[in-house]
Amino acid sequence: MSNDTLYAIKDLSVEYATRQGNVRAVDAVDLDIRRGEILGLVGESGCGKSTLGKALMRMPPGKVVSGELLFDGTDLTKISDKQLRQIRGARIGMVFQDPMTSLNPIQKIVDHLTETIRTHQPKRSEADARLRAEEIVDRLGIRAERIDEYPHQFSGGMRQRIMISLALALRGDLVIADEPTTALDVIVEAQFLDLLRDLKNELGVTIVLITHNIGVVAEIADRVAVMYAGKLVELASVHDLFDSTKHPYSKGLLRSVPNIDLDGTDLYKMSGAPPNLLALPSGCSFHPRCPEVMDICSKVEPPFAPVEADGNHATACWLYQEQSVSVELRS
Amino acid sequence: MTDAAPQAADQAASDERDVLVDVRGLRKWFPVQQGFISNLMARGKTDYVYAVDGVDFVIRRGEVLGLAGESGSGKSTVGRLVLRLLEPTAGEVIIDGQDLGSLSKEQLRKTRKKMQVVFQDPLASLNPRMRIGEAIEHPAKIHMPDLSKEQRTRLVLEMLEAVGMNPPDFFYDKYPHQVSGGQRQRIVIARALITRPELIVADEPIAMADVSVQSLLLDLMIHLRDEFDLTYLFITHDLATTKYICDRIAIMYLGRIVEIGKLGEVFNSPQHPYTRALLSAVPVPDPKHRRTEPLPRGEIPNPVNPPMGCHFHPRCPIARDGVCNVDEPQLLPVGGGTDHAAACHLRTGNYTSYDPDRLRA
Repeated sequence: MSNDTLYAIKDLSVEYATRQGNVRAVDAVDLDIRRGEILGLVGESGCGKSTLGKALMRMPPGKVVSGELLFDGTDLTKISDKQLRQIRGARIGMVFQDPMTSLNPIQKIVDHLTETIRTHQPKRSEADARLRAEEIVDRLGIRAERIDEYPHQFSGGMRQRIMISLALALRGDLVIADEPTTALDVIVEAQFLDLLRDLKNELGVTIVLITHNIGVVAEIADRVAVMYAGKLVELASVHDLFDSTKHPYSKGLLRSVPNIDLDGTDLYKMSGAPPNLLALPSGCSFHPRCPEVMDICSKVEPPFAPVEADGNHATACWLYQEQSVSVELRS
Repeated sequence: MTDAAPQAADQAASDERDVLVDVRGLRKWFPVQQGFISNLMARGKTDYVYAVDGVDFVIRRGEVLGLAGESGSGKSTVGRLVLRLLEPTAGEVIIDGQDLGSLSKEQLRKTRKKMQVVFQDPLASLNPRMRIGEAIEHPAKIHMPDLSKEQRTRLVLEMLEAVGMNPPDFFYDKYPHQVSGGQRQRIVIARALITRPELIVADEPIAMADVSVQSLLLDLMIHLRDEFDLTYLFITHDLATTKYICDRIAIMYLGRIVEIGKLGEVFNSPQHPYTRALLSAVPVPDPKHRRTEPLPRGEIPNPVNPPMGCHFHPRCPIARDGVCNVDEPQLLPVGGGTDHAAACHLRTGNYTSYDPDRLRA
């Protein structure tokens, strides 16, 4: 895998204004998205994964309050809306859970595609845009003549393919897919995951896959970021995350997932519930639920730091920070 | 579809425990609503959605039967038919020896005490303006008129405790919006249990919850089954969760059961090609076990116009022309198990000339 970074997110915080005050849904997240990878972004409802995904395109309603969004060298937080529009939709595309709410029911599929293409490339003729539209849907396994139909004439899996075709109509580099398979049945989901993998391998598309489904991440992600209460708690290659899980929350999450392949019949039960973002616990947000909690955890927030020398596996947990501190003391 | 085949397959084991739910030849066809003009053109001929098209199974007392399938397979319709929330087009549902179709309205209302339902979305199942205590008490008011107000309140508190809502006094006066999603589903379960039912139809009861909450709810349902001697019809699209709660499982495709049997037998040696495809498509939370088997093409067809013969034949990797696209397969015993049946011509040995190597592929 290439270490070339496509998108560097530095110290990103995103807030929502609520009547009870500002909620920090994403809190000081540092994350590099590598060119050509599938990065899984997992966590439970309310952990901030979708807010982070939207922030990558500077999409509302969350407000970026600090940090940098360095997409291919350009800081999206510093450019004008006009410059942003040239990137959004052209180089970064987004796919949501429910394609029917993203497609216009009274617009033909072809018009969705040509509109996207011609908005960004106004000099292109209608006929030329149509050719590109046919080419891209064909690439995604939909017969080109079907682009003259309306969204309701497509099945759920095909609609999701149309969403991907919109994201890639302008040969984008990055697709942010937010729960793209959650509304799909299991066989259609598997077909869609195969398609994402092909797009990565054949077109070199970078994909951020936001999901609550650990199985989906295990199936196609190269690396995985785990979020809890607005923070990144662990980042690792998919194999390291599953084989040498570090953060106690990641451990609990992975062990709670039903696994059709295992013989055991006991599921791990995590105690407690995710905290209210308006009243976060002191120190590490996970400490009230953590089975391995120590004194320091409720007092000081652990830094997000590498646990291995190569820097590819990082976590925010004092269990591992202490080890590195003691190593430093000895040396 | 004849009743004989699946009944025969079920017969051997059903002697062990008595049968609580007996479903025979169940069908539900929904007429397709059409516009005025197309009605005129069709001259009164109506199209139907064949949502449930010939389903037979039994659930023994104390057993958890999983009913799994994709959207449009008819699994939820079966659940509603079992509770008689829908009138079947044909077939019988016999609960504890009573044919629900033969009961008067009043008798049916009394029988309903024995069967309760838990749906996917607890927020849609709970009245937002009713306090949690009142909501749980409601079925008791209807079905247990002999109890005094004090007795009912005590019962509600017991139920809250049974579903792990501690302390029960604290939750009694709260409203549904004041508790978490997982707790709301516990309330729905408590309400279902207050009349001491024998059968619970649970339709995607944990599908809305986060993973960590799902495992807690599953654990609660297993625990309650033992504590209250319950029998579950557990309807789900998520095959992985059935493994933790179901004793037997039935797989549905386009209104029919394609395979039924003990969970271990069906999962370890799936016989119907659709069951195999479904099981292999389930994402496994382990990157070392990524799926390698090819998937069936396309999606579940429109139930208004299901394919002839075996409904799965257009997508089936082993379908035989002249067989699978002609005759409707019956559920017949397979795999040597006492309680394992599949509806596949090639698998149940009606057509012996098939090439076994193709099946292994």
